Amino acid sequence: MKKFLIAAVAAFTYAIGSSLALADDPLKIGFVYIGPVGDHGWTYQHNDGRLAVEEAFGDKVQTSFVEFVPEGQDAERVIRQLAADGNKLIFTTSFGYMNPTIKVAQSFPDTYFEHCSGYKRADNVSTYLARFYEARYVNGRIAGQVTKTNTIGYIASFPIPEVVRGINAFALGMRSVNPDATIKVVWVSTWFDPGKEGDAAKALIDQGADVILQHTDSPAPLQVAEERGVWAIGQASDMSAFGPRAHLTSAINNWGPYYVERTRAVLEGTWESGDVWGGYSADMIKSSEINAESVPADVIADAEATIAAIRSGELHPFAGPILDQSGNEIIGAGTTLSDGDLLGMSYYVMGVEGSLPQ
Amino acid sequence: MTPVMALGLSLIAGTVVFYLLGYPPLQSLYAFFISPISDLYGVCELLVKASPLAMIAVGLSMGFRANVWNIGAEGQLTVGALFGSALVIYFPESNNILMLPAMLILGILGGMAWASIPAFLKTRFNTNEILTSLLLVYVAILLLSTLVHGPWRDPAGYNFPQSVLFQNVAILPVIVPGTRLHLGTIFALLAILTGWILISRTLAGFQVRVSGMAPQAARYTGVRSNLMIWCVLLGAGGLAGLAGIIEITGLIGQVQPIISPGYGFSAIIVAFLGRLHPVGILFASLVLALSYLGGEFVQIKLGLPLGIAGVFQGMLLFFLLSCDILIHYRIEIRKTSISGSARST
Repeated sequence: MKKFLIAAVAAFTYAIGSSLALADDPLKIGFVYIGPVGDHGWTYQHNDGRLAVEEAFGDKVQTSFVEFVPEGQDAERVIRQLAADGNKLIFTTSFGYMNPTIKVAQSFPDTYFEHCSGYKRADNVSTYLARFYEARYVNGRIAGQVTKTNTIGYIASFPIPEVVRGINAFALGMRSVNPDATIKVVWVSTWFDPGKEGDAAKALIDQGADVILQHTDSPAPLQVAEERGVWAIGQASDMSAFGPRAHLTSAINNWGPYYVERTRAVLEGTWESGDVWGGYSADMIKSSEINAESVPADVIADAEATIAAIRSGELHPFAGPILDQSGNEIIGAGTTLSDGDLLGMSYYVMGVEGSLPQ
Repeated sequence: MTPVMALGLSLIAGTVVFYLLGYPPLQSLYAFFISPISDLYGVCELLVKASPLAMIAVGLSMGFRANVWNIGAEGQLTVGALFGSALVIYFPESNNILMLPAMLILGILGGMAWASIPAFLKTRFNTNEILTSLLLVYVAILLLSTLVHGPWRDPAGYNFPQSVLFQNVAILPVIVPGTRLHLGTIFALLAILTGWILISRTLAGFQVRVSGMAPQAARYTGVRSNLMIWCVLLGAGGLAGLAGIIEITGLIGQVQPIISPGYGFSAIIVAFLGRLHPVGILFASLVLALSYLGGEFVQIKLGLPLGIAGVFQGMLLFFLLSCDILIHYRIEIRKTSISGSARST
């Protein structure tokens, strides 16, 4: 009986195992997501990029993803499993996957890894990120012209340079058209928590903010803004559906073009390790259509002109003069903050209220 | 026997679920339960995942037997991890070989310290330990967040919320080369063994059981209930703290905002799935660990939704509890209603 069982299990194992292995050999591409694909924010947009790859290459590629992977011990297992399963190109789409990605990449030298938002690279590990701050600058200009109370509410996640840079870019854009407007920041210590984000939005509106934006991933702040009759800006994906009246515009993370390009590089054998930090000009960020019901035509025209100027390189959001909170000059006219300065940014510029948590 | 029956029923129900979702049921079951452990690496990963669950669950089960409901193992794990890691953060250059043992001991002490708060409040003010231990989880996680976003941040890490990578003397050795199976699994086995001896072979274990089943009787026989509360809470806290520092030194290798993917809470499921018995907990931790691994595999291999793993865990618990009821109680339909229509066998 025992022997029979063993034989049966072995046969079963063999049958299933081989049927799994029997397939054509398209390029297998794996994605590791920090959130659920339905978050309408960060992960939603990465998944959108995955779908763009499928659409561009059809049956030449086969993609798979694992969602809601916690950063740390589980991430390493998932990344390794994707590599062991024959994925030749793996996108790991959260900062906390950096060390696990590097570790796994050492054991799979023939697999290409793409890590979003990190700073460690290897021969088979590239990094990439979008210059989200460009869209923040544009949104700051729109908000600066729309606000009646001259108070903008900003819901922020964690005081890392990425988030601080976004606040500052927004402040610079806003101040360039409205020197009296200020930003109130609430730190919610989460990337995704609709309840907390909504509460923060309410608190900011109670303090007089009439434009709400967030560096967190849920559309909750937009829904609150819609209810309370103020304006809001969407984050990561086009969030207009969550507040048709309140929605001014959304800054869209557009990963598709980059993912398609990197996939093509692997297919053609030209993939090389590198670091890409692209903005409007690389199509890695986009602005959604600006809400013509809520935003005056001249403001829309100004925003579009600003985007065009950033795209052409004529305008850099962090061009001097830039003043710190107490009015001291950080850089003067004619100079621009370098990428290195931007990557380590840990101070507020003029126009942001409060002090940066350390 | 019920856990096995529950597992069987979950498999059958799982087959139906896979079929209804339009996925090939056999292939899906295979990817869920067999693929993850079809090679040595996979088996080691299973043990890596099960170890913290088993270790924490053994500690919690002692308390649950004595009617002390410590729900805050996640917080005790976090503080244990922080206590142990502090050593590396403040001596990042040290190559002292006593580093690792000292970290493990500090981990245990950290977990105990955190568990001592609900113990004190319960014995002194009769505060409900379910609430205090649970709420302290959030305090612990905020403490971790504060440290890792502030003073413990890697100075060369572009202000990202993570500490320096630990030096080699602060990393638990791997016991199977080429895998991630580390010494921590041995500690988990020792915890299970100790738990088993304690509960079945010692007076203390007997007293724990009596306190839970008949508190009055226990008091008459001279069990000091406050001492009992302190012991089970400190024991569970210490084990959770040890599990926390093992996760850090064995797998993560640095302090980061997320140390545990909810092990402290999952261990409560493991404790009950394992019938609060160390041997049962051993198997329960393996089953639950497999359900996590399987959840990842069906996503990778078949593109199944993530929720499947959760559905399996839910079914397992549901069938376990319902089998329990149906085995221990008999449904009787009577014409006249008499109180106590269900009786214990």
